[in-house]
Amino acid sequence: MPSEFFRSLPGGSGALRMRPNTWKKFRIDWPLLLLLIMIASYGLVVLYSASGQDADRLGGQFMALLVAFVCMLIAAQFRVKTIKTLAPLAYLVGVLLLAAVPLWGVDINGATRWLDLPGLPRFQPSELMKLAVPLMVAAYLSGTLLPPKFNYLLASFTIILLPCGLIVTQPDLGTSLLVATSGLLVIWLAGLQWRYVFGAVLSVVASAWPLWHFALQGYQRQRILTLFNPESDRLGAGWNIIQSKTAIGSGGWTGKGWLNGTQSQLEFLPESHTDFIIAVLAEEFGLLGVLTLLILYILVVMRGAYISISAKDVFGKLVAGSITFTFFVYVMVNLAMVSGMLPVVGVPLPLVSYGGTAMVTLLAGFGILMSIQSETD
Amino acid sequence: MFEKNHLRDSASEQRVFQQRMIASLMVFFFLAGILAWRYVNLQVFQYEKFATASDRNRIHTLPLEPRRGLIYDRKGVLLAENQPSYSLAVTLERVVNLDELLIDLQQLFDIDMRSVEKFRQRLNRRTPYQAVPLKFRLNDDEISRFAVNRYRLDGVEIKAQLVRHYPRGEDFSHVIGYVGRINKKEQEKIFSDEQRRINYAATDHIGKIGLENYYEETLHGVVGSQYVESNAHGRILRVLQQVDPLPGGDLQLSVDAELQKNVVELLKGRRGSVVVLDVHTGDVLAMVSAPSFDSNLFVNGISNESYGKLRDSIDLPLFNRSLQGQYPPGSTIKPIIGLAALYHGLITSSSTINDPGWYQLPNDERYHRDWKREGHGDKVDLFQAIEQSCDTFFYDISYRLGIDRIHAFTKQFGLGEKTGIDSFNERSGLLPSRTWKRASRNKPWFPGETLNIGIGQGYMLATPLQLAASTAALATRGKRIEPRFILSDKTPQRSNKEEVGQKDNTNALVNASETGVSSGSSENQLDDIGVSDYFWDEIHDAMKSVVHGRKGTAQAIGRNIKYKMAGKTGTAQVIGIAQGEEYDAEAIAERQRDHALFVGFAPFEKPKFAVAVIIENGGSGSATAAPIARKVFDWLMLNDTNNDNKAKPASRELPVYASNSPLPGVGIVSLNDSEKWVHNAF
Repeated sequence: MPSEFFRSLPGGSGALRMRPNTWKKFRIDWPLLLLLIMIASYGLVVLYSASGQDADRLGGQFMALLVAFVCMLIAAQFRVKTIKTLAPLAYLVGVLLLAAVPLWGVDINGATRWLDLPGLPRFQPSELMKLAVPLMVAAYLSGTLLPPKFNYLLASFTIILLPCGLIVTQPDLGTSLLVATSGLLVIWLAGLQWRYVFGAVLSVVASAWPLWHFALQGYQRQRILTLFNPESDRLGAGWNIIQSKTAIGSGGWTGKGWLNGTQSQLEFLPESHTDFIIAVLAEEFGLLGVLTLLILYILVVMRGAYISISAKDVFGKLVAGSITFTFFVYVMVNLAMVSGMLPVVGVPLPLVSYGGTAMVTLLAGFGILMSIQSETD
Repeated sequence: MFEKNHLRDSASEQRVFQQRMIASLMVFFFLAGILAWRYVNLQVFQYEKFATASDRNRIHTLPLEPRRGLIYDRKGVLLAENQPSYSLAVTLERVVNLDELLIDLQQLFDIDMRSVEKFRQRLNRRTPYQAVPLKFRLNDDEISRFAVNRYRLDGVEIKAQLVRHYPRGEDFSHVIGYVGRINKKEQEKIFSDEQRRINYAATDHIGKIGLENYYEETLHGVVGSQYVESNAHGRILRVLQQVDPLPGGDLQLSVDAELQKNVVELLKGRRGSVVVLDVHTGDVLAMVSAPSFDSNLFVNGISNESYGKLRDSIDLPLFNRSLQGQYPPGSTIKPIIGLAALYHGLITSSSTINDPGWYQLPNDERYHRDWKREGHGDKVDLFQAIEQSCDTFFYDISYRLGIDRIHAFTKQFGLGEKTGIDSFNERSGLLPSRTWKRASRNKPWFPGETLNIGIGQGYMLATPLQLAASTAALATRGKRIEPRFILSDKTPQRSNKEEVGQKDNTNALVNASETGVSSGSSENQLDDIGVSDYFWDEIHDAMKSVVHGRKGTAQAIGRNIKYKMAGKTGTAQVIGIAQGEEYDAEAIAERQRDHALFVGFAPFEKPKFAVAVIIENGGSGSATAAPIARKVFDWLMLNDTNNDNKAKPASRELPVYASNSPLPGVGIVSLNDSEKWVHNAF
């Protein structure tokens, strides 16, 4: 039985059996906290090297992490019922903000993703949707019997597609796909009928051709083409992939040593401190370093899955499951993208890549997970 | 009811959710496995491939230019050296946007469009990762401007380079020539030979003309290499390994820089040439073609304006008169014609003719006039004919010799063929013959033309070098020598551009200069002409009398002379003078006046030096050319008594930038150091 399997994991039971209530009192899931701190610390070590030993950048990341962890602990204090109640409001505000982006947004590099509202730091409304969408779908579907009926499914898809459509026009295909993923995961966990799953897969395959020709922008098409043949554009779009694969491959088993990666230190690797940071890790710490990080991520996912399974109500199960697997989708897309398996879509590596906004959303999600865990029996 | 329903549904919901969770986890582990496999594949199975690619990214081999061999005069005076110079260079592979960069650099360093165009041409001919120079000879201000802006100038660097400098550029431009940037044609030629292509990988300059061109292989040296680690922007961070280049071999010339300078002074304001040879060794002690130019102008590309001035000047400063100027030898040919007549037994020393001031061929009404209207008297012998340059006498013996015998005999003195001096572009002059005339004009030979040849006019042409060499052969009684610029005991293996491989050549050179292998003057000596000493004495005495005799045409230079010399004046017509027309040198335009010539050798008793002087439109040989020759001989004889005029390698001048170390690679170390300094400083 799966439940017995998860119980044998750290935190499942045993280790701190003496005072689980102390942790529960503060609504903190200590195994999850420990894993996240380990990943974040590992990330800081790598970031120091990847940013060219830039202490300021390291300090900035540390502060961002601190803020994000505080946000996580705050989020953990909300009762699940409250979260469920607030979900529609968050969703509504999010959609309104997204709608405001084309009107009052800030244009950076040809894309309008940021909103600069007076009295608030500049932020991306799409970040909010990463949480608001799964919460909204879960809240909606938990009001009906599972598996959901067709009408409910249709409404759920609408809930998902509305913000995704707004995000994709910014344009920000990567985030839009991730938001859609988090919502779709809820529907999938809620028991979406297999016939719909296969139907969806078939229709995606069928729509690939028109999508390619009409929906994708030129640079997006180029990214995909370059993925399959990076050598076709060595110094252009192919450069990133060639250099990151070279960095990863040349790391070997144990890597070139911290601060000794030639690809990263000699600036051959682009975006080395943001999206491509795993290449720095792979180059300097080798396969062993990569697998260590991957195992930490896997443990986080397993802990999240355990929380989801042991959640006492449907909303909690759906939300916990969605947040957990969306987290893994981030990891997977980033690792696959940097190693040349997926097109470069601009997904940062959770907790490791430099950048504050995404981290706050991510850890707020884990805060919700902790809230759910603290209300299990 | 509600309770019951809820319970039942809750259980089924639980089951649905658990199924989905299990399926999700299976997919999750599957994907995690794929990811892990991907990294194992890249980092373990493809490790070799990517490790190599990573090294190729950062490690590059840069060729190191060898220091070009220095050139000294026979006494060790430095004639060609290498001076450090800083240039702005661009490595295309490191540049993000060339057009934008060039606009930026143009504004920063004030570079004109023409330089940019030239740069683009060079860019097309570069080798990968070669830094192509854009602006040369940066001053301190420009170097610091680069340092300030370096952060945004990816792919741009300051290259420290040794650039050729000629301390006596004006004096030696026609002898040493110059180096210039390798042009497209030269590049193609270099690229056609793999070994040469590698050897010239770091070289920007190549010998264009003169000795720089002739001894290119010797002077160039062997390229070195450097393995450097550089970052993505092309900045070199450290040198991993270095193979020092082997510097080019130095040349020691037979020319005496001091004499050369004096001769240049003597020819100031004139057009002409002076060649001074050592009659025994063939050493060229001086060779001047006036007017001249500064060879330094050409090293880094001469401006169109300056070049146009030189090219279009009516005085032809770029024209090397000594090797390429072909002049009628005029009366300077007479000693050889006289010798031919003695040799063939047509005359003896006591044979005389009557000279009324003109000569007529049998059955020909045409008058062949003597330069002296009234003639030289009724009893002119060979001695007088040479001393006073009697044309009529030579008309007579030329007619009797005939063109065939004149051709064959004169040829033995090297006229009409290249002397074989170690320089390119030498011209062969013209020694006419029946065959030549038939081939080139498709006409038979006319007897009247033979008369003209007898006084060095008509078709006959000789270069100043040929005149000096034939005079040397007269002085040594027929022992012909091959003139040479390289000091006879320092001869490097002669550079044959097509056949000699670079490496072999360089090794041969190193050996030659280390051991001082002598190729000796005997090897250099051509066939003995085989004329009896009695005849030689006759000609030598007559030539001595030209200077020292009371009636000699050059008796003016024989006054107050402390040594004895032999010589012959010549005055060659530039324009034809019609029958019966008066000739008045004063009246005709300067450019149409006669060329003035003088050839001679000294000391008379034991000849050592031969001199040939040609002054274009100088008027008469005795008035214009002979005094110049006298001054040259004065210097030679004075120096000859004070010292033996031998080379003094021990007292060689040292170039400013580095010691002239015999160890290969030492000379270049200073360059590398300065290169490193440049990298470190910025």
